[in-house]
Amino acid sequence: MAAGVRRLPEERLAPLLRAYDRTIRAKRAQAALLLACMAIAVLVSARMAEIDPARLAANIDRFGSFFARIMRLEDGRPVWTDVAEWFWGARRWLVLLADTLLIAYVGTALGAVAGFAAAFLAAANVAPHPVVCFAVRRVLEFCRTVPELVFALIFVVAFGLSPVPGVLAIAIHTAGALGKQFYEVVENIDMRPVDGVSAAGATWTQTMRFAAVPQVMSNLVSYTLLRFEINVRGASVMGFVGAGGIGQDLVEAIRKFYYADVSALLLLIIATVMLIDLGTEKLRHRLLHLQEAR
Amino acid sequence: MQPTGGRTVDLAAMRARYPGAFGGTARRAAAAAIAGALVALVLFGFWRLEFSPARLIDGVANLGVFLELMVPPHPGSAARALIYLHALGETVAIALLGTFSAAILALPLGLLAAHNVVANRIVHILSRRCLDAIRGVDTLIWALIWINVVGLGPFAGALAIMTSEFGTFGKLFSEAIEAADRRPGEGVLAAGADPLQRVRFGILPQVMPVMLSQVLYYFESNTRSATIIGIVGAGGIGLHLAEQIRTLEWHQAAFIVLMILAAVTAIDFASGKLRFAIIGRRPVALA
Repeated sequence: MAAGVRRLPEERLAPLLRAYDRTIRAKRAQAALLLACMAIAVLVSARMAEIDPARLAANIDRFGSFFARIMRLEDGRPVWTDVAEWFWGARRWLVLLADTLLIAYVGTALGAVAGFAAAFLAAANVAPHPVVCFAVRRVLEFCRTVPELVFALIFVVAFGLSPVPGVLAIAIHTAGALGKQFYEVVENIDMRPVDGVSAAGATWTQTMRFAAVPQVMSNLVSYTLLRFEINVRGASVMGFVGAGGIGQDLVEAIRKFYYADVSALLLLIIATVMLIDLGTEKLRHRLLHLQEAR
Repeated sequence: MQPTGGRTVDLAAMRARYPGAFGGTARRAAAAAIAGALVALVLFGFWRLEFSPARLIDGVANLGVFLELMVPPHPGSAARALIYLHALGETVAIALLGTFSAAILALPLGLLAAHNVVANRIVHILSRRCLDAIRGVDTLIWALIWINVVGLGPFAGALAIMTSEFGTFGKLFSEAIEAADRRPGEGVLAAGADPLQRVRFGILPQVMPVMLSQVLYYFESNTRSATIIGIVGAGGIGLHLAEQIRTLEWHQAAFIVLMILAAVTAIDFASGKLRFAIIGRRPVALA
């Protein structure tokens, strides 16, 4: 290590310091401008959204007491002292929970298949025609942008109260979301296998099957697993609009103040989501390893 | 396929030479079994969830009628258009406030939950589990809970988005912080900084752009959440949309859906531009 740092002579140091000051000042000014814009946006929004900190402060104890209340049975005992009473509806709820998972699963599966087919049509590097590419992208955008609950609301009127609208709503939204992620993956593939296979005389479908799919499959599965996890959460509220699953019971319990039921249902949902979360994460890590091993 | 030129290929010899290229039958069988099980589960789902051809045909026919009735999208009257416009503004405001307040609250927690900042396993695991529990509850459920606290209206919606995004941001931020290069931090420490200064000068400058782009990305997705939060009475345009659909006012429903589409697309465009300005065309680590 050098015993002493040599200082540049003043006349050479001065311009350097000035340049440094200038850059820092420019950066600071930019940050300040950004902050100011954000502050204005927040203030305007706060006015629009009727934000009232005083009301929040006055009632914030209700947030705590809500959680304290849902942890007590009707007769005031803490819920964990009588688990049988707390989970009195366990049989029904577990079936509903299984239905919720099934809604998420079938919706994800249908959506993933649609998104998979669309991805090869929408990826700029392999799309059969630019017009097809453009059109498919717009359709995917539409499917993705309309919230799934809006689809569910419309489908409930069309298909009747049942899990069917829930599944279809999730499937459409999933197709849009996954389709976009999929075509971005396809756009990043190595094009040499594609050239090679099509030079050997393969049709477009064969080229995709033998040159593109093997490159993207593990990524696609990984995205699908992630989406499944998101959809489990989405399916848990489909019941809010009458589209099946456990949401129906939950919204009823909250609205009718069946406090202990609320905590039981929330606990079931959170536990399920966490389990799915862990499971899919494990699977995705294994997939990534598989991919790296190749 | 027969090669047209060159030597003829002895398939059996090739198979013996490159067993990998022809695929092990065991692996094929395993893949087929998994695919079969997945498809069987879908079919079971169709049965269990009451999919029937009659229901599907009826439903699609109904949808066709609705689509016809949706054209042309129309707000009904100028007064209603103004109401919808105001509700849309409310929706965007809910999303903006929810997203930003969640980001501000999540920053300290993200630091706590990152193991390269707080090297305490218990703190680390506890904060992670809490964030997971918060994320496990959908925004709509949070909205119902906040309605109990501050009453019906957009305030409850903003709080609901804040709560559920707090969980998401906490997780994303802690992951971003853990992915940060530790050498700048070490350099700052070696120059005599205390741990707080290490975070400020060694870690934050690295992760700030990543976090900002994540926040911007979620602003768009939260605008979509905010459009449906009105279904349970937590403000925004969702209430009007649900009402128009339930009363079968398809012209107005279509008009509202188009408004939502336009708003989300505009925000997507703006946030994409901003993200590009901040981090360039890098993909954002999400979820």
